[in-house]
Parts: sequence; C-alpha cells; structure tokens
Amino acid sequence: MSAKEEILSRIRSALSDAPVAEETPREYRTSSQMPEEELIELLVDRLIDYKAGVEVINSAQIPEFVAAKLKDANSVVYPHGLEQRWLSELPTGITQIPDAPGARLSVAQLDATSAVVTSSQVSIAESGTIILDGEPNQGRRAISLVPDHHLCIVPVSSIVRLLPEAMVRLTITRPLTWISGPSATSDIELERVEGVHGPRTLDVLLVRGL
Amino acid sequence: MTQVFLGMPAPGHGNLFEEEPFPQAAHRELGNTQMRKNLRHATHTIRDKRLKVVGELPDWEQLRDAGAAIKNNAMANLEELLLQFEKNFIARGGIVHWARDASEANKIVTQLVKDTGSTEVVKVKSMATQEIGLNEHLETEGISAFETDLAELIVQLGHDKPSHILVPAIHKNRTQVRDIFLQEMPEVDPNLTDDPSKLADAARTHLRKKFLAAKVAISGANFALADTGTLGVVESEGNGRMCLTLPETLITVMGIEKVLPQWEDLEVFMQLLPRSSTGERMNPYTSLWTGASADDGPRNVHIVLLDNGRTRALSDRFGRTALNCIRCSACMNVCPVYERTGGHAYGSTYPGPIGAILSPLMTGIEAEDNGSLPYASSLCGACYDACPVKINIPEILVHLRGEDVDTKRETHKIPTQMDLLMKGGSWALGKGKNIGLLEKALPLGRLMAGKDKKIKKLPGIAAGWTQSRDIPAPPNKSFRDWWSDQKESK
Ligand code: SF4
Repeated sequence: MSAKEEILSRIRSALSDAPVAEETPREYRTSSQMPEEELIELLVDRLIDYKAGVEVINSAQIPEFVAAKLKDANSVVYPHGLEQRWLSELPTGITQIPDAPGARLSVAQLDATSAVVTSSQVSIAESGTIILDGEPNQGRRAISLVPDHHLCIVPVSSIVRLLPEAMVRLTITRPLTWISGPSATSDIELERVEGVHGPRTLDVLLVRGL
Repeated sequence: MTQVFLGMPAPGHGNLFEEEPFPQAAHRELGNTQMRKNLRHATHTIRDKRLKVVGELPDWEQLRDAGAAIKNNAMANLEELLLQFEKNFIARGGIVHWARDASEANKIVTQLVKDTGSTEVVKVKSMATQEIGLNEHLETEGISAFETDLAELIVQLGHDKPSHILVPAIHKNRTQVRDIFLQEMPEVDPNLTDDPSKLADAARTHLRKKFLAAKVAISGANFALADTGTLGVVESEGNGRMCLTLPETLITVMGIEKVLPQWEDLEVFMQLLPRSSTGERMNPYTSLWTGASADDGPRNVHIVLLDNGRTRALSDRFGRTALNCIRCSACMNVCPVYERTGGHAYGSTYPGPIGAILSPLMTGIEAEDNGSLPYASSLCGACYDACPVKINIPEILVHLRGEDVDTKRETHKIPTQMDLLMKGGSWALGKGKNIGLLEKALPLGRLMAGKDKKIKKLPGIAAGWTQSRDIPAPPNKSFRDWWSDQKESK
C-alpha cells in the first residue's frame, strides 16, 4: 500500500461513523455600503496605525509625490507594466530599473536597489490591507520584497470595506501578497518593532480619479 | 510499541509527547519566576489586544460559526478534499508527497533537499516540521536548517525549545535575547543593546545573506484550498515572503487537516486568525501561491501531506474537532494553567489547552507518556470562549480523562490506587453506616497534621494534592457526630 492509499484508507476507517457536517452558515457581513470618503478615512486610519506613510492625492499629483517620497533613493525598480508617467518627475540622479519578462533582475540586483514602486489590485479598508496580485503594474513578488522601501499606489476605486468584498475581485490562483503595513515583529517582549526582513518603509499613495 | 494495522488510523510520533508527567514538569517550571513574569506580561498583553480588535467586528460570532462549520465539513469530507487539492496542485506544476508519520516525512524532505545538491535550507516557522523533528533529522544527514522567524531564531541560537506557538521565545526577555545574540552571532556588534529594534536589526543583518543565497526553503502552511490547489502562509516579518519567493525549490510540510473546501473560506479564516492570534486587524504579510508560477517564485514546488496521528485523532468522534484548530494560540493566552506553567511543561510541540487534547489524541491516550496532559486544566472554559473555531476543549478534556482512567484500568490488571479509592468511595458513600465508621478515623488525620494543624504530605497518589497545597487537619469530630450530639443535648 502506498503512503497515499494508506492515509486515505485510514481516513475512511476513522470516519466510519459517517459524520454529517451541518451546512456552513455564512451570516457574516459580505457586502457593505460606505461612502467613498469614509472608506478613504478608514483605510488611512488603519495604515497609519501600522506605521505606514499615507497621502491622499489625485491622479495628476502622482509624479510629484512619487518624486518627493523617493528623493533619498539611489535607484528605483518598477514592474514593466507600471505607468511611465508616474516616474516622470524623478530626479535624473535616481536610476530607474524596469523588471520585465525576459529581463528579470537578479536577487543581488534587487538587493542593491533602494526602492520599488508598484500599483496594487484591491485594498481592504477595515483591516488596512493592500493586495498585490502580480499584474504587470505590480510585478513579481520579489521586487516588492527585497528593496528596503516600497512605494505603493492604491487607486481609490480599488478600496473596499470588507475582506469578502475584496475576495470577489481577486483571482486566487495568481501569486498573491497581502500587505498590512511594513514588516514587523513582536517577538521580543511583545513590543512591536517595524522593519525586519521585508521593506522597512511602506509609503502608500491613495489616488482619486484612478 | 503499539501494533499498527495497515489502513487503520495509527498513532503519531515525534515531538508529541510529554517528556515527563505534566505535574512534575509544571512543578519545576513554576520555580522559574523570570519565565512566569515574561509569560504573564505576554499573555495579558495579547489578551487585551485580542479583545479590542475582536470587539470591533459586529459579526464576530457569525464568523466563528462559519469557521467551525467549514472545519467540520472539511473533516467530514477529508479524503475527497485532499484528492481535489492534490489534483489542482499538480495541475499547476506542484509535486505532492504523502507521509504516514514523522520519519517518513523526514525522509522525503531529506531526499528532496539532497536532490538539489544543497546542504543548507532556510525555514519559515512551521509547527508541523517541529512536530516531526525535521531540523534534528536534517542535521544528522549533514544538512543545516536555518530558522528565520525572529523568535525561532532566538530559540535555535539559544539551543532552547519554543514555549508558545505564536511567540515561541516569549519566555526570554530582551536582555536574555541580547546575550544569546552576542554569543551566537559572530558578526554582531559587541556593543549591541537590548533595545528590541536593535535586536531585530541584528537578526535582519544575520539572515539577509542566507535569504539572498538560499536555494531551498522549507515552510509550513496555514491552509490549503482544495478547489484551487492554493497554499497560504500568514506571517509578520517578511521572512516568510523571503523563503516563499526567492529560492528555486520550496518544500512545504503540512498536516492533512489544514485543507479547506473552497477559496471563499479564506475570507472567514483571514478574519478569525490574525485577530485571535496577534490581536491585529491583519498580520503584516500573507502569501498565497498555487503550484509553481512560470515567472514568479520557486520553480520546484513540493508539498508533503502529513498524517502522523491526525487520522488517529480523526477516529475519535468526541475528540476529532481538535483537528479544527488553526493554531492561533488564543486558548493559551487566556489559560490560567498555561500562564503559570508556561509551554515547556507540556513537553509536546503543541502546548496549552489545545496541546492538552491534541497531543494525546494524536498519540493515543494509552501512550502512557501523554496520560497526564488531559489533567492540565481547571476546566474553567476560558479557552472555549476564546477559540475562533469554537473547539469545546473542556468537553474533550473530560472525555479524554475518562478514556485515560479506562485504559489504565485495563492495562494494570492489579487495581490502581485510583481504583481502590473509587471502590472505597462507593463503599463509604453507599451506606450511612459505612461513612459513620470512616469518620471515626478522623482524629487520626489530626495525628498526621503538624502543630500548625496542616497536613503537608499525603501518601500514595493523594500526594498530588499536597504537592502544591496544604490541607487543613480534619476536625476532631465529624459533622454527623456533632449533629447527633446536638440532638441528644436538646
Ligand atoms: S484550539 Fe482554538 S484557540 Fe486554541 S490555538 Fe486552536 S484555534 Fe486557537
């Protein structure tokens, strides 16, 4: 008997009393009505609580704010599908490096890069969670992980209040990263410390009209 | 060695046993005041945070109901769900392995690592690999496993054992952590202070090179989604993302009970888990991956589906809901026994209230070594109230105590002290005359007590009672005697 056959047979005999499970009651909240301004306010509140930097701007202001947030960077990596316009005001001294299919950056190259700019797929206001799903404007998981500073663009139209509302906007089989603040640990005396292995700085631009 | 029949649920092996009876271990751990202080602070802090974020959700109880029902369904349809998961995981380029027990899982993982030619692996916190003793096994095979979770790193560098499933190094305070780092990290600044952010920094530097160079990572999984073949890891520090994203080969070791029927179920557990465990609205990072993706993350993706006693637990119809556990640790943080004894007293990888039922369910209560765990509770019920998937831990504890007494009676053909006591009890309580006779012996008890009218040491198994408390000496007259005296004198 292979291990698989044996485990499955053990399961059958363990369940020989044929338990019938009740149907799953899904009476928790799956939809909500919240005006856009309140959604923004709630998400901002959560992100600040996680010690992320947050700005609420309109779409025309993106280049200006990207430049301001990244002024101390030496180099910036971006996914190939990111709108070029967003990086248009970056000072010339900052090297801009695309990560594209066929021209992937190595881990060492990513490690030598100071910042990364990505877009995002959907954000959950109630828990302060931004979800990246590997679309061309968000890129591979590694690029938003290795550089120490992550600047993330969140279109206001992509904010929902509840987690179940976000689920329906996701393709679950894509590589997904859910981000709720910069990396953190509470492992020493339960004192929360921001910044361990993931980016130590998370800046979020919430953008109206995008 | 218990006899095992092919295809029948078999007991688990590995780090699932008490190393000594709980009362003995607890007695020693109670003497560790530093540990107790750290633990009390920790459990109370998380407790308060948890209450606050749970209170924010108006539908918390509905989420718990859904969570419990989803898990019950998953257990009732486990075979079908595992097959479905396997099919979808393979279709997406993943490779599935099945392991009957700890040693089989260890062998599979070792071979997979050897096939890559690597002699080093990075690891992200996984209780399943701790349960099977994977690191120790890899060590004997010449493979070094590096724990990357800060707390696990502290435990590993300190040659210690985890004491809490969420914050495994919680028994160490910052100064103790600093001392471990100074001693075990050759590159560390000798002036390292005990400021937690400096300590986190030191860990970042220490592990950075390992992450960037790692060819193989080993992880656990918080859940597997049957209908898509997706795996998920919930974490805080980003070490999980490093392990799950950068290496070429990823090996995940997961208990078979972690499978969920459908991907929508995530919306329930991703609300229940972070709030119950760290008391946060959401943990900093969650990674989800489905097999191997062409251009993103590891190209060789394996999963080892582990039984190791889980089917043994599943076969106990009163105890099987223990498998619903999502390892949030809320039950530990509210447990008055755990708060005082700490995680080490339980011996097993799974401490606290859930460990007190899960370990004996997985190994079998007849595994003599785990017989005392179901008694590690005052049955106060706080764990049940806190549990996000509503596992009725007190009820299962009582069930296991019953089973323990039954097996002991069967195995020891000569009556145990407990049996004699029980027999004596039924003789005494059976007839008023008998109890009257016994009461005549009460003044004897006064002889056992010292001048302070306290009995400090009882004989036999009753000694357990006096290990941590004195009992007052009995009165020189029983209530019944006193009552009849009163009547006569009237
Ligand atoms: S038994 Fe419940 S409360 Fe305890 S760790 Fe498991 S899920 Fe959490």
